[in-house]
Amino acid sequence: MPPRNTKPMQKPGNAGATIKRIFSYMYGFKALFVFVVIGVIISAFAGIAGNYLLKPLIDNIEESLKTGHWDKSKFIGILAAMAGIYALGALSSFMYQRLMMKISTTTLMRIRNDLFTKMESLPIRFFDKHTHGELMSLYTNDTDTLREMLGNSVAQFISSAVTIVGVFTAMLIYSWQLTILVVVMLFVIIRVIGFIGSRSGKGFIAQQKALGRANGYIEEMIDGQKVVKVFCHEDASCAEFDALNEELCQAATRANTFANILMPIMNNLSYLHYAVTAIVGGIMTVKGFGGMTVGTVISYLQFTRSFSMPITQVSQQLNSVLTALAGAERIFAVIDEEPEADDGYVTLVNAKIDEKGNISETEERTGRWAWRHPHKADGTVTYTEVRGNIELDDVYFGYEPNKTVLNGISLYAKPGQKIAFVGSTGAGKTTITNLINRFYDVPDGKIRYDGININKIKKSDLRRSQSIVLQDTHLFTGTVMDNIRYGKLDATDEEVYAAAKLANADSFIVHLENGYDTMLTADGANLSQGQRQLLAIARAAIADPPVLILDEATSSIDTRTEALIEKGMDSLMEGRTVFVIAHRLSTVRNSQAIMVLEHGKIIERGDHNELIAQHGKYYQLYTGMFELS
Amino acid sequence: MFKTIFSYVGQYKKQAILSPVSIIGEVAMEVLIPAVMALIIDNGIKKGNIGYVAGMGLFMVGMSIVSLFFGALAGRLSAVAAMGFAKNLRSALFHKVQDFSFANVDKFSTASLTTRLTTDVTNIQNAFMMFIRTAFRAPIMLICALIAALKMNSRLSVVFLCAVPVLALFMAMIMTKAHPRFQAMLAHYDSMNASVQENLVGIRTVKAFVREEHEKKKFLDNTDKVRRAQVNAEKLVIMTMPFMQMIMYTSIIAILWFGGRMAVGGDMETGELSSFISYVGQILMSLMMLSFMFIMFVISRASLQRIYEVLIEEVDIVSPESAETEVKDGSVVFRNVSFSYFKDMNNLALAGIDLEIKSGETIGIIGGTGSSKTSLVQLIPRLYDTTEGQVLVGGRDVKEYDITALRDNVAMVLQKNVLFSGTIRENLKWGDPDATDEEIIAACKSACAHDFIEGFPEGYDTDLGQGGVNVSGGQKQRLCIARALLKKPKIIILDDSTSAVDTATDASIRKAFRENLADTTTFIIAQRISSVQDADRIIVMDNGRISDVGTHEELLRSSEIYREVYDSQQKGADE
Repeated sequence: MPPRNTKPMQKPGNAGATIKRIFSYMYGFKALFVFVVIGVIISAFAGIAGNYLLKPLIDNIEESLKTGHWDKSKFIGILAAMAGIYALGALSSFMYQRLMMKISTTTLMRIRNDLFTKMESLPIRFFDKHTHGELMSLYTNDTDTLREMLGNSVAQFISSAVTIVGVFTAMLIYSWQLTILVVVMLFVIIRVIGFIGSRSGKGFIAQQKALGRANGYIEEMIDGQKVVKVFCHEDASCAEFDALNEELCQAATRANTFANILMPIMNNLSYLHYAVTAIVGGIMTVKGFGGMTVGTVISYLQFTRSFSMPITQVSQQLNSVLTALAGAERIFAVIDEEPEADDGYVTLVNAKIDEKGNISETEERTGRWAWRHPHKADGTVTYTEVRGNIELDDVYFGYEPNKTVLNGISLYAKPGQKIAFVGSTGAGKTTITNLINRFYDVPDGKIRYDGININKIKKSDLRRSQSIVLQDTHLFTGTVMDNIRYGKLDATDEEVYAAAKLANADSFIVHLENGYDTMLTADGANLSQGQRQLLAIARAAIADPPVLILDEATSSIDTRTEALIEKGMDSLMEGRTVFVIAHRLSTVRNSQAIMVLEHGKIIERGDHNELIAQHGKYYQLYTGMFELS
Repeated sequence: MFKTIFSYVGQYKKQAILSPVSIIGEVAMEVLIPAVMALIIDNGIKKGNIGYVAGMGLFMVGMSIVSLFFGALAGRLSAVAAMGFAKNLRSALFHKVQDFSFANVDKFSTASLTTRLTTDVTNIQNAFMMFIRTAFRAPIMLICALIAALKMNSRLSVVFLCAVPVLALFMAMIMTKAHPRFQAMLAHYDSMNASVQENLVGIRTVKAFVREEHEKKKFLDNTDKVRRAQVNAEKLVIMTMPFMQMIMYTSIIAILWFGGRMAVGGDMETGELSSFISYVGQILMSLMMLSFMFIMFVISRASLQRIYEVLIEEVDIVSPESAETEVKDGSVVFRNVSFSYFKDMNNLALAGIDLEIKSGETIGIIGGTGSSKTSLVQLIPRLYDTTEGQVLVGGRDVKEYDITALRDNVAMVLQKNVLFSGTIRENLKWGDPDATDEEIIAACKSACAHDFIEGFPEGYDTDLGQGGVNVSGGQKQRLCIARALLKKPKIIILDDSTSAVDTATDASIRKAFRENLADTTTFIIAQRISSVQDADRIIVMDNGRISDVGTHEELLRSSEIYREVYDSQQKGADE
């Protein structure tokens, strides 16, 4: 296997571009989004306007106290205006939240779908380079934080910005002198946020690293729990874990301390501001300076509270927003990955073949297939019957540039032939089959399928013409029936039963709780490895392809059962080109050609008898197996 | 459940308690400040008393500094308490899992255990910090603000007495309705993640069958379900904020209406009126905080439950008191042993096993898939307990031994084996932490691993990477055998441990075993007859029972199963 590398967690590299990209997923919601913004503005404005109206109201009361005459209608008028504005505010806040939810959930769904769609189209090479956990966290952690951001932070940011600007304007209108104080305060607030924010940011990065180390250790140890038990290694791993845990605790405490004290600091800076404003405003009112009234001071004091609130909120969310953006960047990085290149134009079609051997294309399933080969030069289309001729011509290949796994492999497989690859682990057996179905690509012309350069064949059609049973069997959530039908989605129940019987899987399936309708969960955890392989064989059988690749397909099936399914396997292989990889030489003995591989080279080839007669490596392997000493 | 889990606050109890206490200090100041404010306005500004304004203003500055001090202190304390709590919890879980028997691990599955130790603990940690910061803050704020409001003007406080129950009732209603919807959302979410996981693991299968479109359709269907469930749950929760605004605004209007008339009538000062409005915010905000705490609680309850399950799981295999620590020899006796993974006599994996194996014997075990070969040998190092009957090692029941002593003497190379990140040498030392280089090399030579290790540029110091990704399957198996050999056990069990090793190497490993480990009782489970045919005795397993026991030649004559297996591998060998 090619080596994997894990990328460390990082801060967003280009926040602006990422935000723009997230917004691009809101297509179709432009009008709604405008409504959201308007709603946010109205709701924020309602809060400010309410406070703004406090001044005339208080002044109205103060005046009545001074003059002894109360302008009641004015009082009611102001109050009614306030009620109206507030009602509007609450209503629009309800509206925009509802709309934003619709936008954010759909946006998130689109991003998820895009990510998954892209993931399905990526080459195998990509999955070699990334661990499952790493990719999985894109769907869990990263989308979760993004959801948080879309759900809360977007509206909050707009609202905060509106409130800050609005309140500041209102303050400026009421008293420019007191607003100087606000500016000074703002400066202090920004410095404090900057100071604490950068420390807590660094703290969180350190925490994330420590968390990664601790969680990685947990994963590894729990995965190997049974080995730990067998070796009585419990105390040693506990001690090692406790050290990592302590480290994590310290980093987390440090990061969270900074995050936690930000709120009280901001809160009390605001009180400080409040007190200073009260003193200065009080003095100004008493001195009659700048037309200051009691109403102005009271309104202004409310403003100082509503001014610092949004700043605190924004600063509190800044960290989660940055985390979300970093996550979004990781998601987009995958979406931007180069998909599996496929410039193939030769396609697989159902074919009708008359007595003279003329091939014509047809819609219906005829059981015969042809390659449809359009020629760009003269615009003609030729058809070649799909037979399963496979030819490798001096193929060199490496998963990494400087490490070749295959060194000049040449072979020719005719329809109906069974070609076996034998050799030790790492000799390159699986690699050859990986090239035949184009999990990995080789230069043009090196591999030909029915005489066609496989790079010209559309990948999906190429793979549809081959069935593969892998060493590690993967099943999907669904019934046994669904899993077998995976090989041919429109197969009838009868076809499924037939395939299961062929693979000798029927006998154990009928003993399952619900027979063919038994649900398989978590990759078929309720089945044994051998039973899973039988299902995989049935799955390959139902696909009915001209080419069959069996990569250690029966390694977990005991030889007795293997003997039982041999007949089924033989009829499955009949008329097809079959590539077999097996450790067990008894499995490959009846192959037309056996290739013995070593270090990516074919060192011996021939049928069983020829190879035995050669007294070479195959002979050694074979007789080594039956050494009776 | 809560009692058990919160007992892990442990040495951080002091911080966990002091944190809310200092929050009381912070809250008290926050509630008093509007009152002082009212005094400044009414006694100072309106009466033109600058000295009073300045004095009370400075007093307020002092109060905010005190509040800051308490607030920062609470922030620090709560961080220490919550992170410490998480550390203790994580550590307790890890230690607990280390104590788990195989049966315990099987019950939870490794993936689920990992989630419980990582994601769930993080959830609890965050919920706990939130809890100690707001659990007291919100009610105290609520009570203090209510008292302050009542003292200032009891008649006007009637507004609160109306508003608070309405809001509380509304919140309670929303939360109870939202809870099942959130559960439903999480269930959809889990199944979506499961489908991603499936596709990651089985990507080659998906691609080989050209089922990308099929999988995409399934996934898109899934995400749409998640979206619907999300909308369904959240549409309730988002109603809380506008509703709270509505109540708050209504209260403000009511206070201004009644308060304004009182102020005009001279029963109330305008400064007090303004403070009253501050109290509206404080009181209703604390109610909101309480309800959000409830949401956090709902979300984290699932995590709490999952952690709790691990913590209370009974470890079913423990060393007895005054345990035997000496394993006399490598003899093994099975006395009428039956075994079920589910402790259910109607669902037996092994039934009526009687066996006597002398110290130093080599025993081969052959049998079809699912014939319980592994189940049989797992009872020897007491990885599972028998459901009925006894297993004796060195003449004593395995249940009488100290588990460490027993397993140090019974080395088992598992079928599904793992190496850990670290160098080859570090991995091998799992067998014996004090092994010398000579011992390590000797063990590796016996396991036919020395040559390929030497072939690596860094030899024994080659880094294996997580899960041993840098070695091939066959090499991994050989390293695992070497690791087990370093224990110098009296009994060694190879559970299909050479399946990925080629036949020639397999043969030389067996040769090395015969030469170097003559006194060690050896069990070899294999698919290949060649791996077991030179054993002293071969056990043929069939469907949880011993079908036959004998030497290769005897079994060829007497055992039909053995002959069938042999024939299936032998066919054509003589051609």
